[in-house]
Amino acid sequence: MSSFRTPLGRVRGLGSAKSGTAHFWQQRATAIAGVPLVLFLIWLAVNLAGADYATARSLLSHPAVTIVLALSFFVILKHMRLGMQVIIEDYVHVESWKMIVLLANSVFTYVVGAGALYALARLTFGAMQ
Amino acid sequence: MRQSDPRPLSPHLQVYRPMLTMALSIIHRITGSALYFGSALLVWWVFAAAMGPEAYATFQSVAASLPGQVILFGFTWALVHHLIGGLKHLVWDTGRGFDLVTVERMARLSVAASVTITLVIWAVVLFSGGNP
Ligand code: HEM
Repeated sequence: MSSFRTPLGRVRGLGSAKSGTAHFWQQRATAIAGVPLVLFLIWLAVNLAGADYATARSLLSHPAVTIVLALSFFVILKHMRLGMQVIIEDYVHVESWKMIVLLANSVFTYVVGAGALYALARLTFGAMQ
Repeated sequence: MRQSDPRPLSPHLQVYRPMLTMALSIIHRITGSALYFGSALLVWWVFAAAMGPEAYATFQSVAASLPGQVILFGFTWALVHHLIGGLKHLVWDTGRGFDLVTVERMARLSVAASVTITLVIWAVVLFSGGNP
């Protein structure tokens, strides 16, 4: 019977991602963890919509809120980087381009993450202006 | 690419009758991609609050502008829809819910739920007094 896979692909035993189940599991684990965290973010945004600076600042720097925000960013950024990796692997087939775009995916995620890290640190340790 | 043996090929998209389920399949990917860039907006919000009153005022004026509101509304729907679509994926991952009746029912339900929940969220914001 003929197969969907090329002979070379069969010999290597790897798909385009070069790995498999770890990525799959992390995508699902972060999706499940993301459910309560996204609900938390929606609650937070609804609460602070139109609120003045002092209110927003004091709620965001409440320890419980800051800690759950840190968790949310960590989980969501991990989930979206893995998700975007799959999209890139599906659509970008030239190896050199694929490498560049995959790197850009990581750079974007880490830059957003660094911004989040700085903001949360400043909310926690910075004086209220 | 040359193939050493003829592999089975599936017919391309245009031979299929358009259906809600296929639209939702690509919409899960589109909402995921939109949220990917939306994550920067989320961080901008928290970042602005951390930087001080001026930065926060800038964020709020952009958020309250018409384009800002349209983007935030789209963001809300994308987030809610992707979450519900994601739950659907997680159910499928357990091997359940693949029969045609269930698939079709879950598709309709997910659209109805995401639209309803998005409208409820915005109604809460608008009626709780806060200008969003
Ligand atoms: C802001 C938050 C989120 C972002 C930025 C995001 C982003 C993404 C991206 C880029 C993908 C790849 C799409 C694809 O391969 O077609 C994806 C896939 C996925 N997302 Fe999310 N997501 C978020 C929240 C969630 C939540 C809360 C859930 C909860 C159920 C979820 C469940 C999933 C699942 C199950 C997949 C895999 C779908 C598949 O295998 O085709 N996501 N997400």
